[in-house]
Amino acid sequence: MTADSEKQERADHESGHDHGHQHVPSDTALRVKALESLLVEKGLVDPAALDAFIDYYEHEVGPRNGAKVVARAWTDPEFRAWLMKDATAAVASLGYMGRQGEHLVAVENTPQTHNLVVCTLCSCYPWSVLGLPPVWYKSDAYRAKAVIDPRGTLRDFGLELGPEVEIKVWDSTAEIRYLVIPERPAGSEGLSEEALADLVSRDAMIGTAKAALGGDAAS
Amino acid sequence: MNRPDPDLDTLGPIPRGNDGPVFAEPWQAEAFALVLKLAEEERFTWPEWAAALSDEIARARAAGGPDDGGDYYERWLAALETLLARKGLVEPGDLSERKNAWAEAYARTPHGEPVRLSVDH
Repeated sequence: MTADSEKQERADHESGHDHGHQHVPSDTALRVKALESLLVEKGLVDPAALDAFIDYYEHEVGPRNGAKVVARAWTDPEFRAWLMKDATAAVASLGYMGRQGEHLVAVENTPQTHNLVVCTLCSCYPWSVLGLPPVWYKSDAYRAKAVIDPRGTLRDFGLELGPEVEIKVWDSTAEIRYLVIPERPAGSEGLSEEALADLVSRDAMIGTAKAALGGDAAS
Repeated sequence: MNRPDPDLDTLGPIPRGNDGPVFAEPWQAEAFALVLKLAEEERFTWPEWAAALSDEIARARAAGGPDDGGDYYERWLAALETLLARKGLVEPGDLSERKNAWAEAYARTPHGEPVRLSVDH
């Protein structure tokens, strides 16, 4: 409790409240605080482990992990074959492990096939390689439209595909998450693996964008 | 050329490009971490969690909640409370009592001092 309280104290200092008493957090924040303190008391969670989780997801996991997986697949045919056969193991070999015991499946874009990932039920997402999902991934509009009208959905994202391209929609579940391996952009032949990873945006690995030279994939 | 299916119109636009910080507020990160940690400790399974969250999202939509994902962590928290109550791990009564105790502790603690719950002894 003490460490927790001190953390809150620091947070309150930083927020710059200058009242005589502490600013009372929102009802929602209090609900979380109540839940957390009860779970800690019951020995069901370790507060230090919670902080480590938050730090990990805020700073260490992000779409960069996935981009490195894609760049490796583009440059190493053996890794690519392994990734397509058993993405969970291939990705774990790079140190990116799922925490919910879920299976990761890699789906590859080709000139004839474009893959798009959605979670129609909630927002299952390949966190171990992409970090946390963007807001639009969690929206009703995306979750519904990606399935009903994938071509129109891609158009909403500014991606117009020719009629000859088949679009495959993959609906994530609690057990299976999908990672799209975008096509390697033409003209990227001379680039290093690291430079290639910079071409791969989060959206390209969900399927709402393509990997592109000169694109801003830093998000 | 194709007119969109009327059903799609009711969905509204997909809120693209609205990334912002990973967590909008600290409580969202805490609620997120609680679920991951509890699942890791096998207090519930991940499929149980996914079912609880999708039920909660569906319930909120049926009640006319926002559909842009903006209340995602609110739903996350509600699903967690529901699942923990169902599992008998945290009783709703204890939760609201503890919440009030925290609110009271914040209100009575002078600024600059650590916020602590009342101690009974």
